[in-house]
Amino acid sequence: MTSMEETIHHHIGDDLLMGYSAGTLPEAFSLMVAAHLSLCDTCRAAVAAYDAVGGALIEDDGVEMTEGSIEHALARIELASAPEPVPERKRCAVLPAPLADYVGGDLASVKWRPVGMGVRQAILPTSGKATARLLYIPAGASVPDHGHGGRELTMVLQGAFSDEIASFARGDVETADESIVHTPIADVGADCICLAVTDAPLRFRSLIPRLIQPFLKI
Amino acid sequence: MLIALEPIDETPAPLLATGSAGRAMKKAGRRTLGKEEATPDAGEWVRLMLRIRDERDRAAFAALFRHFAPRVKGFLMKSGADAALAEECAQDVMTTLWNKAHLFDPSRASVATWIFTIARNRRIDLLRRDRRPEPEDLPWGPEAEPDQEDALALQQESERLRAALKALPEAQRELIERAYWGDVSHSEIAAETGLPLGTIKSRIRLALDRLRHAMK
Ligand SMILES: [Zn+2]
Repeated sequence: MTSMEETIHHHIGDDLLMGYSAGTLPEAFSLMVAAHLSLCDTCRAAVAAYDAVGGALIEDDGVEMTEGSIEHALARIELASAPEPVPERKRCAVLPAPLADYVGGDLASVKWRPVGMGVRQAILPTSGKATARLLYIPAGASVPDHGHGGRELTMVLQGAFSDEIASFARGDVETADESIVHTPIADVGADCICLAVTDAPLRFRSLIPRLIQPFLKI
Repeated sequence: MLIALEPIDETPAPLLATGSAGRAMKKAGRRTLGKEEATPDAGEWVRLMLRIRDERDRAAFAALFRHFAPRVKGFLMKSGADAALAEECAQDVMTTLWNKAHLFDPSRASVATWIFTIARNRRIDLLRRDRRPEPEDLPWGPEAEPDQEDALALQQESERLRAALKALPEAQRELIERAYWGDVSHSEIAAETGLPLGTIKSRIRLALDRLRHAMK
């Protein structure tokens, strides 16, 4: 049995994996974790273990149900229909299933918008303050030099990129925070597609005046 | 089989091995930890689940309901739901257990863990109205017939994990509970407990290290 994990070198931190299992992350970060787990057995196993912690905690104490609740439940399952079939999810070579769900199809369904220098992005609809978006960086091009107001996770879906710190290929996740100003550059072999999530707006240093950033939602 | 065989950079260490790796782990360090008196073990819950799955056994459902519905209700109340809402949701969760019994795989999760994930997802759409993105199914699974021995190993490890959690120092255990129950981030816990964020993170980390150690 071969698996993809051997090629993944940059994983998601324990606190986010635990938060995903606990169900307390903003939706955009849950989407990042679900997309990474789709490609990474190692983190999937870690999340299974955190789920088991949740199972052990829930076992420990409870609050009594009201009188007659069992009869009510038995009546409900009497009305229940046949077991629900699991819906077949779309498969796409680049987008893992949870991303295909948000895009509503494969790569061709992504509604890209230019952000300058050949770079394109598509914001995915998630609730809350954190933002998820797909980035398209032409081979050899750089993502505009930027710092981060909060935490930013970037996962490669196609191609590869490198910055001052390391190299990232499909499935690898780069985690950056306030302290990091970096310039990711897409490798020359292929155009690079990434999923990026942030819990604060990016601060582009040169390309786009900061004043108009809120309007572009970047 | 979900476990990496070789060390990988920045690899999070799983608390609980699954499948064949779990079996190896069990053989390496078999220990008997105290079970609660008179409480059915994880294996008994699995037998009841399989009776629901295979025979649509209502008595088995009632037994699971008696044990787990109050626990789901308590979980939702700790997450901020009032008693009436928590009760209604516990009903929903147990109905889901009946409707989705065919998806339960004892080589992947204990019944308590499976119910926890259903209750957590219900809480997300109820209290937060968010979507819950789920990962893609593994390309090579799930296997048609889960290995019995894997299932047994997984259930035994779940019981050891439970015992290990109980044995944690109070302060560490409490922070882990808060991380699971609440719709609160670490920084909100910090504001409430007066502990600096770094202390909370290191306590949770310490607790997880202890759990890992106990699971070896
Ligand atoms: Zn990973």
